[in-house]
Amino acid sequence: MSSNVLRFTTAGNVDDGKSTLIGRLLVETQGAFEDQIEGAKRENERRGGKGIDFSLLTDGLRAEREQGITIDVAYRYFATPKRKFIIADAPGHEQYTRNLVTSASTSDLAVILIDARNGVVTQSRRHAFIAHLLGIRHFIVAINKMDLVDYRRERYEEIRNDFMNFIDRLGGAAIYCVPISALEGDLVTERSARMAWYTGPKLLELLESIEVDDQQHKLHFRFPVQLVSRPPASAEFPDFRGYMGRVASGSIRVGDHVVVLPSRARTTITGIVTQDGPLQEAFARQAVTLTLADDLDVGRGDMISCEPQPPQVRTEFEATLCWMSERKLHLNHRYVLRHTTKTVRAIINEIDYRLNVNTLERESPVTEFQTNDIGQVRIKTLQPVVCDPYSVNRQTGGFIIIDENDDTVAAGTITL
Amino acid sequence: MVVGIELERVWLAFTTMTHDWTHLRELESESIYILRETVAQFRNPVLLYSVGKDSSVLVHLARKAFYPGPLPFPLLHVDTGYKFKEMLEFRDRFTKQIGARLIVHRNEDSIAAGAHPLKLGVARCCGQLKTAALLHALDKYQFDAAIGGARREEERSRAKERVFSLRDAFGQWDPRRQRPELWSLYSGAIHEGETIRVFPLSNWTERDIWQYIVQENIPVVPLYYAQERLVVRRNGTLIPADDSMHLKDGEVPEKVWVRYRTLGCVPCTGAVESRATTLEEIAEETGVAKISERSTRIIDHGANTMEDKKREGYF
Ligand SMILES: Nc1nc2c(ncn2[C@@H]2O[C@H](COP(=O)(O)OP(=O)(O)OP(=O)(O)O)[C@@H](O)[C@H]2O)c(=O)[nH]1
Repeated sequence: MSSNVLRFTTAGNVDDGKSTLIGRLLVETQGAFEDQIEGAKRENERRGGKGIDFSLLTDGLRAEREQGITIDVAYRYFATPKRKFIIADAPGHEQYTRNLVTSASTSDLAVILIDARNGVVTQSRRHAFIAHLLGIRHFIVAINKMDLVDYRRERYEEIRNDFMNFIDRLGGAAIYCVPISALEGDLVTERSARMAWYTGPKLLELLESIEVDDQQHKLHFRFPVQLVSRPPASAEFPDFRGYMGRVASGSIRVGDHVVVLPSRARTTITGIVTQDGPLQEAFARQAVTLTLADDLDVGRGDMISCEPQPPQVRTEFEATLCWMSERKLHLNHRYVLRHTTKTVRAIINEIDYRLNVNTLERESPVTEFQTNDIGQVRIKTLQPVVCDPYSVNRQTGGFIIIDENDDTVAAGTITL
Repeated sequence: MVVGIELERVWLAFTTMTHDWTHLRELESESIYILRETVAQFRNPVLLYSVGKDSSVLVHLARKAFYPGPLPFPLLHVDTGYKFKEMLEFRDRFTKQIGARLIVHRNEDSIAAGAHPLKLGVARCCGQLKTAALLHALDKYQFDAAIGGARREEERSRAKERVFSLRDAFGQWDPRRQRPELWSLYSGAIHEGETIRVFPLSNWTERDIWQYIVQENIPVVPLYYAQERLVVRRNGTLIPADDSMHLKDGEVPEKVWVRYRTLGCVPCTGAVESRATTLEEIAEETGVAKISERSTRIIDHGANTMEDKKREGYF
């Protein structure tokens, strides 16, 4: 169902050519405009370069342009007649973990860049591992700078096999490999005479055609309530009471039996209201207003769900946590946890282990997390959280942690 | 039996979705979710209504989001005194028609002192008539969240903007203090005095906007349609010339078929040559546009960049 929009993230080491690749994709699909291209040209010439440096197109803030590196996730857009693309572009430097976690959280596919001269390096593995941890199951491995290895097929195959061996260990992922030269333009949006030995789809074709087959609408029905609608009485709606939200997963029909959690009250859907007219059925991602048969005490943070296979109601759970703040994690400190539309008080009372993202080894005992640490923790909440394991449902399994400074300090995925 | 029904439903869901779920529906639904999050998380939100096409889409989405209820927030128009008269007419007619509460705010002191871009320079003029006026209005009405129609695609420095963007007590934006945003968890946690700018159209492009305007038949200011208009050519830009106070010495107006891609203040908004007189033609033209729309806004050029503006509290 998300076939019309593909949200993907890009990961690669510093200098693997990520900016060049994105710049080229934007230019060649007209996602960048002539005046922006001219600007990038002028800037390149000011620095003594010649022609257009594609990577300058995607540089964002002045501070980072001056440093020559990117400091955060940037969002870019382009479209072809087949799809609209939203790129969440995460930088490759050592602060990459929290950036990649952020960009991967909203993406269905990751493009991993590899420099053909260096092959699969530790960072390539880290990037794939983190994207996988965040639930990404589609990977395009773009083996870049093929021009610097004479477009040799053996080199491409060697790297591809290396990567496949590693990703096999992660499980459940679909991998597509493509050899490219982002700089010269081979196999990005154009075919390459110099790599005639490669008969597969070029990079853009992969992006256009990979079915990310969003499972979200095939899962059980979940509807986190955002707001209660109680408009003033009108002729059409003399006494309206509805629940606004976006279907997080599954689908719902008028007449379906549902359960409201955490109260466990049972009722029936009597209407699916939208300004464009009433619906008989609503699906994952649709923003609607539901009306119920019974006058229940339902409010923001409650979850309306299908009767069989309801989500779990927990005040204690295990989670994989990525620490993002410069201030370190304090065990048993009071934090605020936001999950779906619910906000609760929470403490992190135990760290099971920290993951070494280079070796994938579990390190313990550990008593604190610092910026960019990832690991397994136990969390207790003051009020119940209505959730599913993240591995089953990305919409009802992810949460953030907010500290007393109102900063978002961590992101987590519930493992139960 | 039950399994059969379940399977049928899944199949039905799948086929329906793949056929009807266009990228515009996806964007619409995301924006509605964001607008509802704003109302749920803030005490006193406001929608910044600039009368342009993005604002028109924003208001349209807001009405959908809260249907069958009324808009749960007022619209705020920061009027610099240099807006096109067509914009003001449209604003008054449209807001009345939909029954919205409209607040118009002007920096009367600067307007009285004769602030003008040809006198002050574009940056200082904007600083007084737009940025200062906006901050003053937010403070006067104690708004804690301001919903705006900015899009990430518009300008390079916006590519990293959050959907919920934090501003300090002085309305300023600090790149180091922006929170990470994951999944669709937008955090509106703020301290006293801080505010949030909310950008529900973050993921829309100019093309999406026009396609959606066509699809939903959303009314927009007539200035977006091509027509013969009096303009002068200045630094490669076509500037409206129906009022001589905005002209430099020696500039001679001419009649050209033009339309506007963005609408700002008369002296600083460039037109583009165009013959597009219907929404479909505009959408078509935008699909193949080669120049970014912001290039017709004088504010983004020169030493004082959009990044500086944003730091100071502009959108
Ligand atoms: N020969 C060759 N050089 C390339 C290719 N792709 C990128 N480069 C060069 O590699 C260097 C780094 O490219 P960037 O695109 O800036 O790399 P990046 O991965 O975005 O790095 P950061 O922006 O620092 O994160 C630049 O000098 C590019 O011109 C390629 O396919 N072949």
